[in-house]
Formats: sequence, C-alpha cells, structure tokens
Amino acid sequence: MALNISPLSVSRANALSDAKTEIKNLNLYYGKFQALTDINLPIYANKITAIIGPSGCGKSTLLRSFNRMNDLIPSCRTEGEILLDGSTILGRGVDVVDVRRRVGMVFQRPNPFPKSIYDNVAYGPRLYGIRDRRELDQIVEKSLHQAALWDEVKDKLQQSGTALSGGQQQRLCIARALAVEPEVILMDEPASALDPISSLKIEELMQDIVKEFTIIIVTHNMQQAARVSDFTAMMMIDDKHSGRLIEFDDTQRIFTNPKDKRTEDYVTGRFG
Amino acid sequence: MTSSSGKIALGSRRRLKNRKISNFVMLFLTGLLTILALVPLFWIIGYVVYKGGPGLNLAFFTQLPRPVGIAGGGVLHAIEGTLIITMLAAIFAVPPGVLAAFYAARNPNTRLGIGLRFSTDVLAGVPSIVVGLFTYAFLVKPMGHYSGLAGAVALAILMLPTIIRTTEEMLKLVPQSLREGSLALGAPEWKTSMNVLLPAAFNGIMTGILLSLARGMGETAPLLFTALGNERYDIRQIVTSSIQGKQGFFQMVTRIINQPMDSLPLTLWKYASQPYPERVAQSWTVALVLMFFVLFLNIAARLWLENRARKLRG
Repeated sequence: MALNISPLSVSRANALSDAKTEIKNLNLYYGKFQALTDINLPIYANKITAIIGPSGCGKSTLLRSFNRMNDLIPSCRTEGEILLDGSTILGRGVDVVDVRRRVGMVFQRPNPFPKSIYDNVAYGPRLYGIRDRRELDQIVEKSLHQAALWDEVKDKLQQSGTALSGGQQQRLCIARALAVEPEVILMDEPASALDPISSLKIEELMQDIVKEFTIIIVTHNMQQAARVSDFTAMMMIDDKHSGRLIEFDDTQRIFTNPKDKRTEDYVTGRFG
Repeated sequence: MTSSSGKIALGSRRRLKNRKISNFVMLFLTGLLTILALVPLFWIIGYVVYKGGPGLNLAFFTQLPRPVGIAGGGVLHAIEGTLIITMLAAIFAVPPGVLAAFYAARNPNTRLGIGLRFSTDVLAGVPSIVVGLFTYAFLVKPMGHYSGLAGAVALAILMLPTIIRTTEEMLKLVPQSLREGSLALGAPEWKTSMNVLLPAAFNGIMTGILLSLARGMGETAPLLFTALGNERYDIRQIVTSSIQGKQGFFQMVTRIINQPMDSLPLTLWKYASQPYPERVAQSWTVALVLMFFVLFLNIAARLWLENRARKLRG
C-alpha cells in the first residue's frame, strides 16, 4: 500500500474542499533509475503539509515535481498525474512558466540574487510585466511584510540582498517568492541552514501566510514538522532504493499514533 | 624503558633540526626564485622608462610624425589608430564571444559545446601572424586595400578565445542555486541568463574582456598586413573634411576606419628598424607610451570593478 489514510482523516479531508494540488500514481525516473515509485499525495488548500523521511528518500525530488523543477535535469522522466486545481501540470502542452508562477519555491540555502533588496523582491513582478513604480513599491512592501522582514530592511531597500544575515536572506527569498502571488509555496528545508531563532521566525511567518497560501515543506527536523504542519507525509526508500510514500495523515496522528511501524520508529528517533 | 624513550626523544630532536634546516633551505630557494622572476619585469619597465622618458613631451601626443631627418613631431596617428582599432576589435569580439560563452556554459556536453571549447583552444594556439595572413586573404584582398577595419578584425579573432574562455569560467562560478531561484519564479532561461547570471558574473567577465583588450592593444604581427601603417593618418582632418563636405555620419565613420592605420606597436616596430637615430629614440618613447596605456587599462579596470563591487555590497 502506498497510501494509508485513516477513516478519521478521510472524513477530515472530505470536510476540506478538494485538494489544491494532487499527485496521482507518480513514478519518476533519472535515466533508468526509478527515484520515486507510485506516489499518491493530496495537498489541501491553506494548510501546511510536511514531507518527512530519511536522507535520500526522494523528498526533494517529490517537492520539485510540484513546480516541474525536475525538468532542469535532462535525464528526468515522469509518469502519472500531477494536478493543480484539477488540471494537469505535466506534459508538453503546459506552460512551465505559468506553473512556476502559481507554485513558488524557497530553497534550502538562501539564494538571493546579487541585486538590491528591492530588486530581489521586484524581480518576479517585473518578469510578469509590472513596470509601474508605485505598484512595484506596494508589492515589495507587502511581500516584505508578509515575510516578516519589512521592519528590518525598510531603510535599506537599495542595499544588496547578499549583505543580509542568513536568516534575513532566507526571509528575503520568501518575500521574493510571495511577490508573484503564487497559490502554492514549496519549501525545501528552508530553515536547515539557519540558527534556531531565525528558523523559529520562519516557522512563525509560515503560520501567518498559510491563511493566504498553501505550503508544502520538506524538513529533516521532526519537531519543526510537528510544530508547523497540518498534514504529514512520511517517505522511505524501498529495497530498490526508490522513494515511496508510506504514510500520509494528520500531523498529530503521525506523531502520536502512526499506522506504520517504520513511521513510528522514525518520528520517535529510533532511526533515520 | 628510560633509555629507549630517551633515544626516541633524541631522534625526534634530530629530526626536528633536519626539518628546520630543510624548511629554511626551501624558503630561501622559493624566495630567491620569486625575486628572480620579478627581476625581468622591473628591468623592462625601468629600462623603457630610462630610454623612452627623455622623449616624452606634449608634442609627442598631439603631433603627427615629421619627415625623417627632422627632429620633433609625435605619434598622434598611432595613438588614434591604437584606440580605434582596439575599440573596433572589442565591438567585433565581445558580443559573439560572450554569447558563445553563455551557450557553452549552459550546454557543456552537447556537440556544439564541446566543439566550441575545442576550437577556442585551437584558436588560442594559432600564431598571431597567421591570423593576420588569414585576414589579409579574406578581407584585405577582396577589399583591395589595407585598412584599420581589417586590423580590428584580425585582433578580434585573436581576442575571441580569451573572451569566450574567461566568460565561460566566470559563468560556471555563478552558483546553480541562483539560476534555480530565477527559474522557480517562472523566468525563462534567456531572462535568467541576462538578469541573473550576467550581473552575477559581470565583474569577472569585464576583467577578462579588458585583459584581452590590453593583450590585443600590444599585438603587432596581425596588423602587419592588415592595418599596414599610415603616417599621415589624422582623424581631425578626416572629421573636418567630412563636415565641410556635408557627409553623413555613416560615411564619416567609414572614412575613419576604412583606410590604412598605424598603431603603437606597429610604429614601435617600424621606428626601431629604421637607421635614423631620432626615430630609434622615438621608438623607445612609443614603447613607454604603449606600456602605460596597457598598465592604465589594467589599473583603471581593477579600480572600477572594485568600486562597483563596493557599491553593490552597500
């Protein structure tokens, strides 16, 4: 079984509207190697879904499927279905640019562009043709507010984004992603390179922005997953070293009463 | 026990002494050779200043050469020629070089990428006089006359490999994460290249371009049968006569670049091989001017780039 949904969470899932984005029967290959096998995963709107699992189990690969960042790897091939608001995002007929606009991404290491703070945030909106200075000003301010960075940088918007501290850089990258008003935000271990206080700030801002967005986060930090997420997907490699989803449920249930023995072992720190 | 441990201690003390000696010897050797390597550099600069310095005066920069046998005059024609030829060469070499480097950096393992890297290596190894000969056959001959334009094309061909390779290396140094960050915002590949990769690698790319310019500025061989040399070249006269003859801008530019032209290294070579003492003396001064041109270009580039980097840091 690839997917275990307990009756309780099924009822809760039904109480939610349909999935914002959804992966169905996904198989992903790097050349001949199958990196992901038979993944089924619904992501609900305005919720935080955490993907956890030991290193090398394909969490990041799975995350990068949601906005087709895997396309950058020439040998990568996908089978199955990925839906965003019910329509597919796979295949040649789909505009990748459009997908990535609607599904933003924050990376493990902060990667601000070597431009000013302002230009970093305005980069996305400018790509989509917004030239009006006043409109850009508004977007920059709003995004920096959402990323809880405005108060720290409002007096130095023209300074380089790379001069900020690591935690600030990561919030700048979050602001940059929010500036194009995506519907879903993918976060690939966004706090793993940061100190505890910076990472707490990021968790807090996630709780704030999830009212407007849908968030998927990959994390190695069990406490973080337990603290911030509403749903948790547990991944594991099978005997062919291919990543599989072994359990998906309410975060509370995953951490208190998981169905799968391996999930229990992992979240209680017995391995991984 | 005590005796054996004493022996070990003694042995290690001897080893320590040996180590100190060999350390000193090696330090001395490397230091000496470093100084030896610096000697030619300062020798050259010093000797050129010593020989060429006395000939420096304002007229040297503002006047055309006097006929042989008459003292005085300057090398304005060669300074103009050097600047025009180098600038033209930059215009010809920089855009294709940088764009080709973008391709090679993004597609290193495609056939075209591998082919480009291989051919730039080959091109970098082609003797500069062969490039001059090639340009003669394919540009000077069909056009029917020597020209600064042909000289610039020859220099551009010589500069191309340096520009391609340094730009490619600089682009490879830009972290992959920046590229991904831009693509994840929905930016198409070409906008990512122009808006993120190019600015991030800008300083390195500029350094490479300026170094290749400085290199091209000092080339003689490729100009021998392309630009040829022209002691009567005077840009002021061309501009004035163009304006008086009510010629358009394009026609004027054509007249400026489409005739034989001198450059500093070319003048140096010609003056030094003439049997007139005042010309030989002037060739030392030309060497001095050329050296300072190149030095100035290098230093100005470095200062400008540093200043830019500081501004970017905020």
